[in-house]
Amino acid sequence: MIKSRDAEIKKALAYEAKRQEERPVTSNFQKHLDNLKKAGHKFFRNKLSGVGLAVVLLIIFSAIFANYITPYPIHAGAYVDFAHSNQPPSAQFLLGTDNMGRDILTRIIFSFRGALYMAVLVLAISVPVGVFLGILGGYLKGTIVDTLIMRITDVFLSVPALLLALAVASVLKPNLTNAMMAVTLMWWPWYTRLVYGMATSCRNENFVISAGLIGAGKAHIIFKEILPNCLSAVFTKMALDVGWVILIGATLSYVGLGEQPPTPSLGQMVSDGARYLPDSWWMTVFPSIAIIIIILGFNFMGDGIGDMLSKGDGKDA
Amino acid sequence: MDAGGSRIVHTSFFYRSQEIPHKKSGLSMNFKKFILNRLLLSIVVIFGLSIVIFCIARIVPGDPARMALGATATEHALETFRAENHLKEPLPMQYVYWIKGVLTGDFGISTMTKRPVIQDMMEFLPATLEVVILAAVFLVLGSIFLGRLAAKHKDSVLDAAVRVFSYAGVAIPGFVLAVLLLLLFGYVWPIIPVLGRLSHGIAAPPGITGMYTLDSLLSGNFSTFGDAFLHILTPALALCAGGMFQEARLVRNAMTENMGKDYLAAMEGYGVPKRLIMNKYLFKPSLIPAVSCMGMDIAALMSNAFLIEVIFGWPGISKYGMNAMLAKDLNAISGVILIFGTIFVVINIIVDIIVAYLDPRIRLGGGKQ
Repeated sequence: MIKSRDAEIKKALAYEAKRQEERPVTSNFQKHLDNLKKAGHKFFRNKLSGVGLAVVLLIIFSAIFANYITPYPIHAGAYVDFAHSNQPPSAQFLLGTDNMGRDILTRIIFSFRGALYMAVLVLAISVPVGVFLGILGGYLKGTIVDTLIMRITDVFLSVPALLLALAVASVLKPNLTNAMMAVTLMWWPWYTRLVYGMATSCRNENFVISAGLIGAGKAHIIFKEILPNCLSAVFTKMALDVGWVILIGATLSYVGLGEQPPTPSLGQMVSDGARYLPDSWWMTVFPSIAIIIIILGFNFMGDGIGDMLSKGDGKDA
Repeated sequence: MDAGGSRIVHTSFFYRSQEIPHKKSGLSMNFKKFILNRLLLSIVVIFGLSIVIFCIARIVPGDPARMALGATATEHALETFRAENHLKEPLPMQYVYWIKGVLTGDFGISTMTKRPVIQDMMEFLPATLEVVILAAVFLVLGSIFLGRLAAKHKDSVLDAAVRVFSYAGVAIPGFVLAVLLLLLFGYVWPIIPVLGRLSHGIAAPPGITGMYTLDSLLSGNFSTFGDAFLHILTPALALCAGGMFQEARLVRNAMTENMGKDYLAAMEGYGVPKRLIMNKYLFKPSLIPAVSCMGMDIAALMSNAFLIEVIFGWPGISKYGMNAMLAKDLNAISGVILIFGTIFVVINIIVDIIVAYLDPRIRLGGGKQ
C-alpha cells in the first residue's frame, strides 16, 4: 500500500518535471515585456492618448529643467524691467511681457512647477485616505463603521468641491500649502465613493469568501484580496484627476488664494492680465492657453490609461 | 348610462390595466420608499454639512471677536462681543447656539456689510438664481438638441464639432471662458452688453421675485425685459457652455449606442414610424446617463457662478460670498455655503427622482440604490 503510494508520487513528479521541460521557455523578463507591449498597444490605440502623453512629458520635463530651458530664468521671481513692460510677442519675448517687463513664456513654464507640485501632493494624500476608507466601509458594509464613513462622505460630496475649497482656503492664510490642504480635504470623498462601490461587490465574490473561510485575517482580505481589484479604476481616476486638481488650483490662484506673487501661477497670471485687456491681450490669452493645454494633455493621457487598464481588448472604447 | 355601455368600458379598462399594470398607478410603493429614503438621507447630509461649516468657521487662526470688530476695538467691546456671541462657551455649545439661530433664519451679522446675513442673502440670491436657472435651461435644452442632432448625423462635421467642443468644455476653466467672452462681446464684437444687470437709465422692475427678467415680464414691461435678458445672456453662456457640450456628447453616445439595440430593430420591423422611435423609444432611455450628469453639472453651475459673477460684475450671492471670503466674514461665508449646500442637495434629489422616472428599473424594481 505504502509502496504503491510512493510509486504514484514518483510518477507524478516525473510527469511534472517533463511538463516543465516541454513548456516553452519564457523568462519573467519576457513575460513582463509581452505585458508591456500589450498595454502599450492598448494605450496608443487612440492617437489622442499618445498626444496627451507627449504633452504631459513635455510639461513635466520643462517644469523640472525650467532653469535651463527658459530664456530669462530670473524673470520668474520679483524682477522689474519697466523699459520692456507690456511688450507684444516678438522674437526677443516670444509670448510678450507683462506689466513688470517680465517674459510671459518664462513665467508660464515656471508656473507649471507649482501646478504639478500641487496635483501630485493633493493626490498623494487624498487617494490613499479615500481608498482606505472606501474599502473599509465596503468590507464592513452594514456596520456602524460603514454608516459613519459613508455619511461623512455624503456630507463632503453635498457641496461642490470648488466652493468648500474656496471657503477653507479663504479662512486660512493665502498660500500654496493652504490651498493644497483645502483641495485635499475636498478630494478624498470621490475615491471613497468609487472604491466603496467596488468593495461592496467584491466582498460577496467567492475568492473573498473562501479567503475568509481558510482563516485569512481582515487586513489580508482588505489589502491583498480586495484592494488589487480596485486599483485599475483608482489609477484611471487619478490620471484624469491631475487635470482637475490643476484646474481647481488655477481657480484658487485666480482669486488670489493660491501661490502668492512674485512666484508665478497660471490663474494669477490670467487675473493680472485681465486688467490690461483688451490692449495687452497676450498677458491673458497665453496663460489661458497654457491651462487649457495642461488639462487637455492630462485628460487625453488619462483616457489612454483607462483604455490600458480596462479588461478586454479595448476595441469598444 | 345603460348597462351594455358600462360593461364595455369596464372590460376595456380591465384589459388595459392587465396590459400595462403600472401605467396609471404611477408611483409604486417602492418608489415612494425610495424618495422617502432619499429625503431622510439629505436631512442627515445637510445637518452634517452644518457641522463641517461650523468647524471651518472656527478653525480660523486668530480671535474671532478681534476679527469682527477690527484692530482698534477696546478690550471692553471685545468682552461684550464675546459674551453676546457665546464665544466663551465650549465649542459644542457654540454650535448649538449657532444652529438654533440658523434654523430660525438668523445667520448672525455680516461683519462686511454690518447687516444681518439673511437680509444680504435674500437680496443677492435672486440674481444668482436667475443666471443659474437660465444657464441650466440652456444646458438642458442645448445639450439635448445638439446631442440629438449629432446622433442623427453621425460622423458628420456637426458630430465632429460637438466632439471637439466637448473636449474644449472639459479643458477651458470657467473663468478663462468668462474673460474670453468678455473680450469678445465687450470689445471685438460689441453686440450685447456684458456688465451689470441693466443698462444705465433703465429703472429696475418692481421687486416681486428679485429676478429682473421675470419681474419685468410679470409687470408687463417688455423693454426692460429685453434689456435685462441681453445682460443676462453672456454670464449664462459663460456658465453653461462647458457642461452643455459634454452633455451633448453623452446624449449622442447613448443614442448611437442604443440605435443598435434589438428592440429598436424589432420596432422598425413592426412598422412603428421612424420619428416615433427616434423621439420616444430611442430618446427616453438615452437620456438616463446624461440626466444624472446634468444634475451634477447644474449643481456645479452654482459653484462656477462664484467666479463668473465676479468677472461680469453680477451682483449675486456668489459675488457676495466671494467678497465675504476675501474679507474673512465668517458669518456670511457659513451662511452662503449652507444655502448653496442645501440647493445642491435639493437639486440632487430632483435629479434622482427624474432618473427614477425615466428608468423603470429603479421606479418599478424597488430602488436598489
